[in-house]
Amino acid sequence: MSSRERILGRVRRALADVPPGEDSPVERGYLRRHGEGGASKTVALLAENLAEYRALVHRCAVGELPGVVAGLLAARGARSVLVPAGLDEGWLARSDVRRVADRAESTPAELDRVDSVITGCAVAVAETGTIVLDGSPDQGRRRITLVPDHHICVVRVPEQVVSSVPEALERLDPRRPLTWISGPSATSDIELDRVEGVHGPRTLEVVLAG
Amino acid sequence: MSGTFVGMPAFPEAARAAVSDETLRGNLRHATHTIRAKRAKAVAEVADWAQLREAGKRIKDHTLRHLDRYLVRLEESVTAAGGTVHWAADADEANRIVADLVKATGEREVVKVKSMATQEIGLNEALEAEGIRAYETDLAELIVQLGKDRPSHILVPAIHRNRGEIRDIFRREMGRWGRPAPDGLSDAPADLAEAARLHLREKFLRAKVGVSGANFMVAETGTLVVVESEGNGRMCLTLPETLISVVGIEKVVPTWRDLEVFLQTLPRSSTAERMNPYTSMWTGTTDGDGPRVFHLVLLDNGRTDTLADEVGRQALRCIRCSACLNVCPVYERAGGHAYGSVYPGPIGAILSPQLRGTASEVDASLPYASSLCGACYEVCPVAIDIPEVLVHLRERVAEGGEAVRDGNKVLLRPAKGHAAERAAMRAARWAFARPGALRAGQRLASRTRRLHPRTLPGPGRAWTAGRDLPAVPSEPFRDWWQRTRGGRDGER
Repeated sequence: MSSRERILGRVRRALADVPPGEDSPVERGYLRRHGEGGASKTVALLAENLAEYRALVHRCAVGELPGVVAGLLAARGARSVLVPAGLDEGWLARSDVRRVADRAESTPAELDRVDSVITGCAVAVAETGTIVLDGSPDQGRRRITLVPDHHICVVRVPEQVVSSVPEALERLDPRRPLTWISGPSATSDIELDRVEGVHGPRTLEVVLAG
Repeated sequence: MSGTFVGMPAFPEAARAAVSDETLRGNLRHATHTIRAKRAKAVAEVADWAQLREAGKRIKDHTLRHLDRYLVRLEESVTAAGGTVHWAADADEANRIVADLVKATGEREVVKVKSMATQEIGLNEALEAEGIRAYETDLAELIVQLGKDRPSHILVPAIHRNRGEIRDIFRREMGRWGRPAPDGLSDAPADLAEAARLHLREKFLRAKVGVSGANFMVAETGTLVVVESEGNGRMCLTLPETLISVVGIEKVVPTWRDLEVFLQTLPRSSTAERMNPYTSMWTGTTDGDGPRVFHLVLLDNGRTDTLADEVGRQALRCIRCSACLNVCPVYERAGGHAYGSVYPGPIGAILSPQLRGTASEVDASLPYASSLCGACYEVCPVAIDIPEVLVHLRERVAEGGEAVRDGNKVLLRPAKGHAAERAAMRAARWAFARPGALRAGQRLASRTRRLHPRTLPGPGRAWTAGRDLPAVPSEPFRDWWQRTRGGRDGER
């Protein structure tokens, strides 16, 4: 007998007390979102919660994006920036920092030598201060937002912002690789106290554009 | 479970040693009190916490009651998404599967994301025996691995270490495993985190094989979820070419939508955050992004035996948040090592004796490692009634009875060392069934009360070592009731 059959057999014997045909739907008495508020309130909450977890939050009109992005890269002193293939080229129009394409053959060690990365996002969650990446062309492969130490993420507001985790899951496609990011890398492993900055990007800048 | 804790003394002896260690007690008190207040605040922020908790409980119960169906569904989904599913009945089989998979890649080292399942089966030791080096990459796991130590907390395995001890371990050991600690390393948490970043980076960048567990597996879509903070999880899940995930069968949830409950309750319960810094979700493999090969090893190792117990099976709802450890007065004083298992604290006290059985001295003692205060039940985000299961397991230890081990029904004999308890209960049953005898006994006890010892002799000594023997009143209650007509005569 294979272990698969053995385990499934044990499960079925263990559940001998469950009446055949039992199938009770799970009641969901919880809220779809916490609190009401218009789009501007939701975006403000996103900014507040991102900042509380030490992300650096910037707000601008879409037209101002190229200037803001150029300013952030310059302030960081970045000499190179990773750019996903589908990123709006206009966002970098005002910056002369060297662009590095997200190529399948680039090794982790090569990515480690790039200073910054800039991406869009799939959705942002106001209640938790979270941005979610789904590997779309404007976000690139997961590794490019992981190895460089400085991540600039552009969120188009208000259309990419939802209030809550349930609303975010509704918008996401589980077949895509997803990364939920809430502030820069952190740890609570020393005396259960939170310290920012371990393996992922230690500086996360979120630009709320719109 | 693994042999990591073989030869462990029973909980009372191990706890006695732990409570006399003042550094340990200080470290634990500081850490658990820090997180307690924060958790309460994070939970209070959510108006529908009670409903989320109830939904989490129901989703898990529903899944467990149809576990065969959801496991088969999960297997189909993962396979359809490009993954390969393996089934492991016990720790040895899981270790063998993983070792063979690593060997097939030709690699001799793996990077690991913190995972309770691989701790439970002793995977690192098993790989070591096959000549494969496993590098722990979670900061606390790294501290434990470098310090040749054992984990003492589910979320923060190095909770028993303070910053000064961690600095000493890093200075002493990092050089032997790779990049040494920076010169003049201080004990500031930020500097210690930086040292770990530098030490592990070279390992991440060259890693070809990653090993992980998972917090959740979605049957409907085949999606696995890892919830973490540091980014070491993302490194292990996305940089290597081969990813092997070892996951307990109870980690499956039916639908994508079910995640909306646990992604709200888990971070607030464990690190007291609205959301943890990083959550990775992957479904099989993705062309050009992340590992090209994905293996999922589904682990039983005592879980189906636990499932067979109608009272005890609720322990399988556990999402490993560790809130119950942080509020437990016994854990706070005894620390995690005394529990003799990778699962310490209240949840460990009900999980270990079910996963491993109650044959060993330490496992038989675990259901007693509690004052039954109920704080664990109150904070549990999936409403596991830990006190109920503790009492149930105490009965099993003291009285014996039917249980399932390795898929077979067995009849457990009453454990040794509980003879006095059983005799006392039998005597009580006899006396309570005979009012005359009870009355005579109570009067005798009242009249001789000045002669009563403060502590019990013989096998009762342990019981009175930590508490006073209750004082017997000068007049039995029933005599008082009769004499004063239930107090109506106004006489005391």
